Amino acid sequence: MYDNYTLIASHLSRSFGATHAVEDVSLAVAAGEIYGLVGPDGAGKTTTLRLICGSLKLNSGTVSIGGVSLERHPEQARAKIGYLSQSFSLYEELTVLENIRFLAEVRGLARKEWLSRARENLAFVGLDAFRGRRTGQLSGGMKQKLSLACALVNRPRLLLLDEPTTGVDPVTRQDFWQLIIRLAGDQGIAVLVCTPYMDEATRCSRVGFLRAGKIIVEGSPRFLREKLRGRVLELSGTPRELLAKIARSDPAVQDTQRFGDRLHLLVDADQAEHVRTRLEEQITAGGGQIDRLKEITPLLEDVFIDLAEEK
Amino acid sequence: MILRLISIIRKEFVQIIRDPRTLGLTFMLPLVMLFLLGYSATNDVNNIPLVVLDQDLSQKSRELLDAYRAADYFHLAFFVTNVEDMRFLIDSNKARAGIIIPHDFGKTISTGKVAHVAFVIDGSDPTLAGTELSAASAIGQAESSKIITLRISLSGLRGQLAPVEVDTQVWYNPDLVSADYMIPALIGLILQVLTTILTSTSIVRERERGTIEQLIVTPIRSWELVVGKLVPYVLIAFFDTFEILLVGVLIFKVPINGSLGLFLGMIGLFLVTTLGLGLLISTISNTQQEAMLTTMFTILPSIFLSGFFFPLAAMPAALQIISYAIPLRYFLIIARGIVLKGVGVDAIWTEILSLAVFAVVVMGAAAARFHKRLD
Repeated sequence: MYDNYTLIASHLSRSFGATHAVEDVSLAVAAGEIYGLVGPDGAGKTTTLRLICGSLKLNSGTVSIGGVSLERHPEQARAKIGYLSQSFSLYEELTVLENIRFLAEVRGLARKEWLSRARENLAFVGLDAFRGRRTGQLSGGMKQKLSLACALVNRPRLLLLDEPTTGVDPVTRQDFWQLIIRLAGDQGIAVLVCTPYMDEATRCSRVGFLRAGKIIVEGSPRFLREKLRGRVLELSGTPRELLAKIARSDPAVQDTQRFGDRLHLLVDADQAEHVRTRLEEQITAGGGQIDRLKEITPLLEDVFIDLAEEK
Repeated sequence: MILRLISIIRKEFVQIIRDPRTLGLTFMLPLVMLFLLGYSATNDVNNIPLVVLDQDLSQKSRELLDAYRAADYFHLAFFVTNVEDMRFLIDSNKARAGIIIPHDFGKTISTGKVAHVAFVIDGSDPTLAGTELSAASAIGQAESSKIITLRISLSGLRGQLAPVEVDTQVWYNPDLVSADYMIPALIGLILQVLTTILTSTSIVRERERGTIEQLIVTPIRSWELVVGKLVPYVLIAFFDTFEILLVGVLIFKVPINGSLGLFLGMIGLFLVTTLGLGLLISTISNTQQEAMLTTMFTILPSIFLSGFFFPLAAMPAALQIISYAIPLRYFLIIARGIVLKGVGVDAIWTEILSLAVFAVVVMGAAAARFHKRLD
């Protein structure tokens, strides 16, 4: 089954001084799959991506891209990668087309090839009309689309995206994800994406949850949410302060999280019914009113919060 | 591989051309420094304002003053009648020196005794004071030998008047013009400042702005990146060299006595060292500002310990030893040798060899340290 994986990263470790940034991380991404790497800031998402594209040296572990070992044939392996770093990494003084041309040429595209490929990719991300513009004058969303077009210029088999939509408006985010889904679905590109947004993680085929440099859970978004089934209660009513105070003081409630005018309560396993009865009694006794109190299907956010807070 | 290099060089040029500050630094810095140093860093002293207190007012005292008037060094600016006025003029910087001729000056000479003249010098500027000191005594001595000659011929003696006559001849820069000495050296200094700053910041900029992350995943090899980045600055350095030489020859009338080809070759050798230094600095700096400061740190000793302003022979032994570690020192000897003296390789081969050793060591260390990675 390993034959189908475009990326196989095994037992990656990297430390900076005494800090273990990435510890024994293993993951594989198949062709056409979108793998989401999620986790709190400083969990090691960016470091993991940098280890996979070889911009940081591994302390231990191996990376294979399309069957080529990154350690033994770095340039051959990198030729199969398209990489979008977290910070914008194109030249602001160059125009849109000059940037693509530079990256196409240094990636070995022939003089005849690069222009048609560049135009094709610019059209794909919707920037062909801006090809003569200085890159420094583009908006944040356009810059990210240009980075994607540049990353695609060598027809990569693996696309590494480091928080590609951070600081981008919601409409452009939507566009961007449509492009990624098309790349994976239509062209069979393997996509590894780091994201802090749970709605984006929900779009992934698989999600790996990274905490303190280790992958602690991995699975489809549905599978991850199943793990908390029966453990999330939604509560709304008035007055909100009273509701929150009583919910927090309940011994079986591990965590409360506000979503708009509702509260999500994470409760101990098999305690949902007891908590519900207790809260109803206490809130009524305290003079409050409950509009809604029921068990819900957990959101990926709930999972994220449960996992991020080490207990 | 060649195509990749061309792409990097083209990109680098586009970046330089579209960055007005770099462009300005590149083409204006040499001219600004040339005019500033060409005119200001000159040791040619003349027309020093002199205040005269002549208490004698005899024919002899007038003859002595005429001798001072005739030399270009002094300009007899004030005549006073008491020491207080002289002190005031020197204190207020209106005069830099004063001469006091005592009232018995003429009479003492006539009686064949030694007459004393006081010469007061404002020593607050040592360079100026040094010139005044030697000029004042030289003029005085010339005057006294004139008097001796006169006396001997009056007494009817024959033969040699002065037993030893020192005929001084200045080779290579006969008029002792500072510009001739400064401009070849200035080429070295400007090239070092410019190429070190530009290479170190242009490489660090890739890291600071994050563009290095994209370069890493391309098949560009470290050495291609280095060569692609250095080539534009080598071209700029030679352009600046011609700029300085042209202005030097046309405006400052600096003669180029030696072989221009040898001079350009030596500039090439020196550039390997300065570009290597820039590269080395880029490997230890994280931001352009750090690179800039580190470069400044290397430039200051180069200015003061290379013999650019101050002669090395006048420095304490410890500083002279340190100066051997400064590549500009060798380049200055080579440049002044070729341009001023017109010498060939045979006269400066030890300096050429030392510079070559520096070039190999610095560039080698930089290349070994430079990795196309983030860590």
